[in-house]
Amino acid sequence: MSTLKESTLLEENARLNETVPAGTYWMKVVKKGETLRITDCEGNQAADTLFYNANDTDERYHANNTLRMQNNVYIQLGTEIRSNENNVMMTVVADTCGRHDTLGSACSCESNTSRYAHEKRFMHSCRDTFLQGILDWGQGMDKRDQVCNINFFMNVPVNPAGGSNFSDGISAPGKYVELKAEMDTLVFVSNCPQLNNPCNGYNPTPVKMTIWAA
Amino acid sequence: MNNNLCETTVEGGWNFSRIVRRGRSVRITDLEGGANVSALFYNADNCSERYNMGDTLKIQHISSLFKHACIYSDMGRVLMSVTDTSLDWHDVICGVTNRDDIVKKFGANPYQKAHNEFYRNGYDSLTVELAKYGMTKRDFTNTVNFFSKTAIDEDGTMTFVEGASPAGSFVELRAEMDTLLVLDAGMHPLNPSTEYLRKPVKIELLACEPAAADDPCRMLCPENQRGFENSENYYL
Repeated sequence: MSTLKESTLLEENARLNETVPAGTYWMKVVKKGETLRITDCEGNQAADTLFYNANDTDERYHANNTLRMQNNVYIQLGTEIRSNENNVMMTVVADTCGRHDTLGSACSCESNTSRYAHEKRFMHSCRDTFLQGILDWGQGMDKRDQVCNINFFMNVPVNPAGGSNFSDGISAPGKYVELKAEMDTLVFVSNCPQLNNPCNGYNPTPVKMTIWAA
Repeated sequence: MNNNLCETTVEGGWNFSRIVRRGRSVRITDLEGGANVSALFYNADNCSERYNMGDTLKIQHISSLFKHACIYSDMGRVLMSVTDTSLDWHDVICGVTNRDDIVKKFGANPYQKAHNEFYRNGYDSLTVELAKYGMTKRDFTNTVNFFSKTAIDEDGTMTFVEGASPAGSFVELRAEMDTLLVLDAGMHPLNPSTEYLRKPVKIELLACEPAAADDPCRMLCPENQRGFENSENYYL
């Protein structure tokens, strides 16, 4: 298990502090040098998160580059979140959870049909939430910008035999992860509404987004 | 029966693409050993539907590709299935090299100096190939790296396995949807070789039968049965 590290930042000094209910999105720019904390308010809640260069959204989060450059399949303390251009977008500077997933990506109505049953098509999903956010944001963004994301607070152990599984969370109420922006980064969160697996403890709950100025 | 419709040898470090329609398979062969083929997959009729790494892994509870595993699009459908392969592991996690990786590892070797022996990188090679279909860097997603194995330990640490693909290793992919296959035969990003490698692969297009009711890719797990139903339903 990876290293845990608490933050010294105090919430009363933050420039922004917002709660994101389950099943909704949050899309804001975090300026270079600023610190973003994502808090799992009630525990076992997946925060599906995408990142774009705020000045050129053609540059965006890339899971493969992020993992290959650190030779490790988990997002954890010290992880450099990298783009398709292999630039560092943000760095994980504090983490009280220990491990986060980026292989499982976001849930969707369509993948629900193969994962669970055809009738699970009609259940709210992260990819619908992301698409709503992209449509509301406009500025030329579309479905092609909805790439594979990071799932903060989600536990997907990979085993050496080539398997993987969604497991019960290792997160708990109040656990958080903190990211320092290495470029002006547009951060886009879908607070996961999935009800068919343990990623949200079968009860999706709010997350909190807190930003400290540089 | 000779079901080989055509074949191409892709030179090491080079890109290639073609549409593989239903009723066709592609067989990719590592001719010399030590090749790597980084591949992207799109619905040929609507390229906004494309390979989804997360769905492919979580639907089948896997973290590598092997015989009878399937390649899923973001729409819950099976694009292609691995009907046969001589290897037990194809990497899905490590992506491709970028321009800076190659310069840092091997130094600059531009066209003006080296002519067609110049060093190429996976990201530029694949995005240029995508651009031939009107796509852009926004359409570059995640790659499957055929013939490459990266062992993963309990802590999640990845180690490139050298010699995982001997000469003659192959993978056969059956199209369950009309699929635009875009690939690059460049080095795997974690390959520790101190020499820039050029490993050619053969691409054969084969005629094949559609997946039967008891097809082993379909039957790999109940999830794949529904994934195949979704693909078949798309063409009704």
